[in-house]
Amino acid sequence: MAEPALKPANTQADSSPVLSLRGIQKNFGGVTAIENFSLDLHAGEIVALVGDNGAGKSTLVKIISGVHPPSEGVMELSGEAVRFADASVARERGIEVVYQDLALADQQPVYMNMFLGREPVRGPLRVLDRRGMIEATEKLVRELDVRIPSVRATIRNLSGGQRQGVAIARATHWATKLILLDEPTAALGVAETAKVEELVASLRARNIAVLIISHSLDQVFRLSDRICVLRRGRQIGVRRTNDTDKNEIIGMITGLIESEPA
Amino acid sequence: MAMNTSTMGNLTRRFDLQQWVVYLGFLAIFLFFAITLGDSGFLTVRNLSNIVLQTAPATVMAVGLVFVLSAGEIDLSFGSTVAVAALAAAVVMQSWPMPLGILAGLGAGLLIGLINGALVAYLRLPSFLVTLATMGLFAGIARSMTNLRSVPVQNDLFTGIFGSGALLSIPSLVLWTAGVILIGHLVYRQTRFGAHVIATGDNPRAALVSGIKVARIRLTVLAISGLMAGLAGLLYAGRLQAARYTLGETDLMTVIAAVIVGGTALNGGKGSIIGALVGSLLMGMLNNGLILMGLSVSDQMIVRGLIILGAVAVSLREPNR
Ligand SMILES: Nc1ncnc2c1ncn2[C@@H]1O[C@H](COP(=O)(O)OP(=O)(O)OP(=O)(O)O)[C@@H](O)[C@H]1O
Ligand SMILES: [Mg+2]
Repeated sequence: MAEPALKPANTQADSSPVLSLRGIQKNFGGVTAIENFSLDLHAGEIVALVGDNGAGKSTLVKIISGVHPPSEGVMELSGEAVRFADASVARERGIEVVYQDLALADQQPVYMNMFLGREPVRGPLRVLDRRGMIEATEKLVRELDVRIPSVRATIRNLSGGQRQGVAIARATHWATKLILLDEPTAALGVAETAKVEELVASLRARNIAVLIISHSLDQVFRLSDRICVLRRGRQIGVRRTNDTDKNEIIGMITGLIESEPA
Repeated sequence: MAMNTSTMGNLTRRFDLQQWVVYLGFLAIFLFFAITLGDSGFLTVRNLSNIVLQTAPATVMAVGLVFVLSAGEIDLSFGSTVAVAALAAAVVMQSWPMPLGILAGLGAGLLIGLINGALVAYLRLPSFLVTLATMGLFAGIARSMTNLRSVPVQNDLFTGIFGSGALLSIPSLVLWTAGVILIGHLVYRQTRFGAHVIATGDNPRAALVSGIKVARIRLTVLAISGLMAGLAGLLYAGRLQAARYTLGETDLMTVIAAVIVGGTALNGGKGSIIGALVGSLLMGMLNNGLILMGLSVSDQMIVRGLIILGAVAVSLREPNR
């Protein structure tokens, strides 16, 4: 029952949004995976995205992170309309994703994963700066209190929670605007989940926006400032976590509570 | 959440053993031959240096293969590439200046590598099938190029550079081996390209979402392998002073075994250039020792096959998790 400890002291929901989605729609052939989705995400805020299997949550994350272009609608990053050609463009603009299935290179050390695809080099011969990578990773891991035996440890020798910690630490290191977390604790035990939740909650202090997908309503209520509900691609509504309860959210997810007029 | 420390220690120790297997194996086989074949001339300087000179082409090919395997691909065509490259160089040198022969040999290797690479990287065909097909294709081309005839290489400068020559009394084949190993090792361990090759083989999806140009990596590693096979062709032509369609024919198994024994993972993400060098020397030593023991060719093949099988089994055994 550590709920209060994870709650924010103050949220800045009144500042201008980091990311603004307006009327986003996504069709796969004839199937509409997302229809008319609108949401603002603010720095220092954690928003949960909930919905049943196939509701379109991962699809939405892929749209925001540049993997899929939206069929319709507008995305604004810090007030500027953006259209990402692919995931690396979104990354360059400060949007990081922690994927459901991690995306770590298993046989490489932690520090190489931290810099995967963005390895620093030094000197005219552009030699890999391993020292620099190791030092930066040690600093980050200490700051975020990710407990791993060493930054030189090989990923596959780490536990599930430690791996997820590394993935989130990597996202934290590179994100300047927004971190998207797609079911970050789906495969974890109780203690490891608690550790990852602590880590996610600590991201508030880093002045970036966080969008987290989760099937655990307990977790959603522990972590989030606002909750956005999707059902079969439709946005059912957004609630402030403090102003709602599980029954209402469950009703919205399952369809017992119908969507409000926009 | 903290991992059991004794399990951790265990994993680390076993992992280390795996990396040292090639060096221990090298030492064990060396000692075995030194003791049993001491009187048959195994330990003479001449014989030992012969081993090093004879393995030069295989070592060069092994470096290319470390890149290919590390990226999660395979190349079966480098043996045929060797023959095509050597013949191309020899034929060109019959009527044109020597440098054009070098270009023809290296160019043929690079071109074959690029063909393999383009089919794998951009048509998304499995490298096993692509290079199995091009292995046959270029073996056929090597045969038809000169109607099975061998082509003499009489240019003294060429045979000096790629064969019997020496610089500061270091044999040129040793210099080629050392140079390729050194550059290969630095590129593999110390550059972003090397890191991206390894990441691509370890987890292609992770590499892709991390912005690594996975297709270009696949193209490049197969091109490197082709180029190395081209160079190996020149080294054969230089040492033997002739090119033949049979060159490289028996190298496929030897080079793959050398690389695997040297600590490179067959399914990508892990490898060692230095390990491949020692693995290649080990294979050369094995060849040499079995001949000195007076084994018939068929017995040599059987014993070599068994030893390679054992070595590969040890080096591929994953630590239990
Ligand atoms: N690339 C695609 N092509 C076609 N249809 C797709 C594609 N990606 C997703 N879909 C469809 O879009 C819908 C939403 O899928 P999505 O993966 O976003 O759901 P989700 O909310 O993340 O579900 P889960 O909770 O199971 O992860 C599903 O009906 C899915 O089949
Ligand atoms: Mg999903």
